Amino acid sequence: MKAHLLYPDRDFDFTAEPGPLHDDLVIDLELASVLRAMAAGDRFLLDVSRSVLLESLDDVGLILYRQAVLSDCIEQEDTVRGLYATVVAALQDKRGLFWGIRSGSPRTNLSGAITQLEGFVVRLREVRQVADDHLEHVRSEGLRNLFESIRRDLDDAYFEILRGHLRRLHFQNGVFMSGRLDRDNTGIDYVLHSPGTKRRRWRERVGLAPRTSYSFTVPPRDEGANNELADLENRGLNHVANAAAQAADHIESYFTMLRAELAFYVACLNLRSALLERGAPVVFPVPLPSEPARFTCGDLRDTALVLQTAETVVGNDVDADDRPLVLVTGANSGGKSTFLRSVGLAQLMLQCGMYVTASSYSSSVHSAVFTHFGREEDESMRSGRLDDELRRMSVIVDAAARHALVLFNESFSGTNEREGSEIGRQIVEALLERDAAVFFVTHQFDFADGFRRSRPSTTRFLRAERAGDGQPSYRLVPADPLPTSFAVDVYRRIGGFADATPGAPGAGRGDGGALHSAEQAGSDAVASKRAG
Amino acid sequence: MGVGHDETPAFSLLGPPGRVVAVHNEREHAPDLRLDEVFEAITRGREDEEALEALFFQRTRDAEVVRYRHEVFRDLDDPAVWEAALAFCGSVREVLSHLSQARAMRVSEQRQGWTLDAAAIYCAAVRKLAGDLDGLRLGSRGMRDFRRYLLECSASAEFGRLEAESDECKAALGDLRYCVHIDGGRVTVTRDEGETDYSEEIHSVFERFRQGAVRSYLVSYRAWPGMTSVGQRVLGLVVRLFPEEFALLGRFTERHAGFFDPGVDRFYRELQFYMSYRQLVDSIRSGGLELCYPEVDAQSKEELVEDTFDLALAIKLLSAGEKVVANDFHLGEGERIFVVSGPNQGGKTTFARTFGQLHHLAALGVPVPGRQARLFLCDRIFTHFEREEDHSGMTGKLETDLLRVQQTLRSATAASVVVMNEVFSSTSLEDNRLLGAEAMGRLIELDCLTVYVTFVDELASLAPSVVSMISTIVPGDPAQRTFKVVRGPANGLAYALALAEKYRLTRPQLLERIP
Repeated sequence: MKAHLLYPDRDFDFTAEPGPLHDDLVIDLELASVLRAMAAGDRFLLDVSRSVLLESLDDVGLILYRQAVLSDCIEQEDTVRGLYATVVAALQDKRGLFWGIRSGSPRTNLSGAITQLEGFVVRLREVRQVADDHLEHVRSEGLRNLFESIRRDLDDAYFEILRGHLRRLHFQNGVFMSGRLDRDNTGIDYVLHSPGTKRRRWRERVGLAPRTSYSFTVPPRDEGANNELADLENRGLNHVANAAAQAADHIESYFTMLRAELAFYVACLNLRSALLERGAPVVFPVPLPSEPARFTCGDLRDTALVLQTAETVVGNDVDADDRPLVLVTGANSGGKSTFLRSVGLAQLMLQCGMYVTASSYSSSVHSAVFTHFGREEDESMRSGRLDDELRRMSVIVDAAARHALVLFNESFSGTNEREGSEIGRQIVEALLERDAAVFFVTHQFDFADGFRRSRPSTTRFLRAERAGDGQPSYRLVPADPLPTSFAVDVYRRIGGFADATPGAPGAGRGDGGALHSAEQAGSDAVASKRAG
Repeated sequence: MGVGHDETPAFSLLGPPGRVVAVHNEREHAPDLRLDEVFEAITRGREDEEALEALFFQRTRDAEVVRYRHEVFRDLDDPAVWEAALAFCGSVREVLSHLSQARAMRVSEQRQGWTLDAAAIYCAAVRKLAGDLDGLRLGSRGMRDFRRYLLECSASAEFGRLEAESDECKAALGDLRYCVHIDGGRVTVTRDEGETDYSEEIHSVFERFRQGAVRSYLVSYRAWPGMTSVGQRVLGLVVRLFPEEFALLGRFTERHAGFFDPGVDRFYRELQFYMSYRQLVDSIRSGGLELCYPEVDAQSKEELVEDTFDLALAIKLLSAGEKVVANDFHLGEGERIFVVSGPNQGGKTTFARTFGQLHHLAALGVPVPGRQARLFLCDRIFTHFEREEDHSGMTGKLETDLLRVQQTLRSATAASVVVMNEVFSSTSLEDNRLLGAEAMGRLIELDCLTVYVTFVDELASLAPSVVSMISTIVPGDPAQRTFKVVRGPANGLAYALALAEKYRLTRPQLLERIP
């Protein structure tokens, strides 16, 4: 019995090893916030969401298959949540029981197994009821197949058979078993007889006459006192208990599979509610073939940031169709990293069949999404920063195929600007030749300006915009790179390095021509942008 | 109880008794210097782990205290003293674990048993340490004071009584034998009367039927520290069978519940500071590296260190069987600031970290990495290494960086140590040069000891107090690093493309790798 909500022809493999770069994606794109919203407190939803989000599809047909299921789920939200709740409840029933049968003797295992099986049958009936009631309301291939298979495989006749076995397993007329004598006259090889056979009893009594010194008697109800008898019975029940426990495990694995297949969609419902609650736009994206290079978005917002802040997050409109390189420059703290994350997250969401946080979004599908973000120094302490950056880049290249999407954030800045630019240029050129799409946030003017000269028509240049008051607007606009960044603004705003006390030695020191001219350049930039 | 248990013992291993020592107790710089992980590792699992670890963050500027601790370390350099201390610590650990085991027991006879065993081990440990130290030449004031205390303690009547009574109790309980009979619900306990092993009898009676090997039905049971209710009732009967022996045990534990002398306890705890660090010293020396007792001074900032290294890195490299490169440096008259530039992956960060570590370690009074060393006892240590970007407050990386640098430059004094590793790296080259000059100007003015790692060459020649250091490469093989950092003019060669080639990231290499 299969659900196949994520793939039309197979289960999702949740046991697959995570890719070597998945952790980087999670950190760089701040996926934790998104996953938390998807989980809404359910750890299982979090694990599933993580796996599905990171295991990108590059097949437009599969993406549309999931979009159809998700679309059904959005329309039938109560039904899907109800079904998921039933499945979770079934699994929790069992977990609750497990606390009681930890001793692990056959007798306790058997009675635990029976209780589990009885509980599972009740839940299976509920699942069947959902399928009966809602088959006609769903349109997607995935959900239709699921409901039809439930109605077929869990029909009334089958439930009747289950009922019979559960009744007999209670052994209401006692346990009957045969055994044989071992050579020291103790009993071994007990075989349990089907309920109904004539009752026989095993008795063994050791008649020692100890010299009494001090004694005590355990009350008959004391478990310890009845150990011998219980032990004997346990040997007989061993194989039946095993079979019953395995049956319970089989049904549990069915519920687990069902939960896993439903989980992703429930998580999508959770995230959708969270986004709508914060007034963010949610739309199904248009997945396009890998070629030609397509990327267009309207009001695209960083999903993670939307979830992290109470304030309204600024969205971006970008048209980069036929421009596989997008270069982002401009003010620090101006929303460049946020934009990069918004693209990475949206693309991951698109490629797992989700909606995206935008008013419109269409993009080619990529073989995989990679992030190369500035990082704290390598744990081993042996490599310098550039070394670490190059090592991580090399890992990405190992994993990359044609048509990858690579997001760079201030990469190759672990050396001086001239050399960092040259390394970056070679890597980006090679990636583009291999049909990758590249988004690159950089403050290195030399690097950015090089592409303005060499690839003017296949590069989209974006710049972090400043409003008239010099404060960042967090909105990116199409604009060529400027030959300065705005570090000096920040430096002046925080009041310099020396003691701020007026007249203190060093206050305002070095506040010379360089500072003024840099500020001048900044104002010029704003002015020229306005003029443009 | 031991001698003088109700007053402060007349000794301390950590500093001259009665001397008031001002300590600098910050930890902020420890993660950047990787000292937190070193101290965490050497104190882990030891008695009073947290209090012990805290000692490694309490730096002093009192050269007298530093020398006092060096003396104790030098005593422990004597293998005989070291062995005695090790043996003593091993025994005390056992005593303490027995006592905590005892506290966890519900059944009084079990509790008493653990306590008695702890007392017996304690007596032997004290006796042995007193004997060991008595014959040894001790040079430190700390160890000599303690020896005097210990000899008095072990010669006291009270200690003699503890020793004799624990022996007596042990002997009595060790000789005791009993039997348990279980018949249905009835359990009977008797004194052992030399009955033969019945299972042997059964075996021999049925042996004639035996045809070959039979499988084992023995169920293995784990030993639990507690006791079942049936076990308790059995023990209760055993106690009734052997009243004298248990009365003896009861009296012993009542009389000697607090047998552990507070002075001995204090010695043991203070000794952990030395034991934990010296074990590290030993393992590093066995890797072929040197540590030494530095000359320390709270006034002079002229420094000289030979063959020094990054302690945290050395621990990792040695455990992986790899080679550690040592470096020298000196600061002559008026020299204060190292500006370190040169090829990446050339040991610049390691040099910066080493410099910071040395000043922390010197002020603890412990041996420092190097063949010889003269170091300044600083007040605060400020470090500034690149941190992970924090998006939560939407504050840009640059502003965070600048605010941290500002904080440092406004708090540092002429007696501070400042370590800055590639700050402003998120800015343009132009901004980096500009902000670097601002920061350096302030550092020069402060006149504090500094390491400033940067790829902005111009910063290396701003003032006479600035010393330019460069990381070096193997001539003819630009991708290979020597990890040596030496005095030399900044030359702007970062060899970055050679490194890219090493990682097969040049354009031609990439086109080959992604077909």
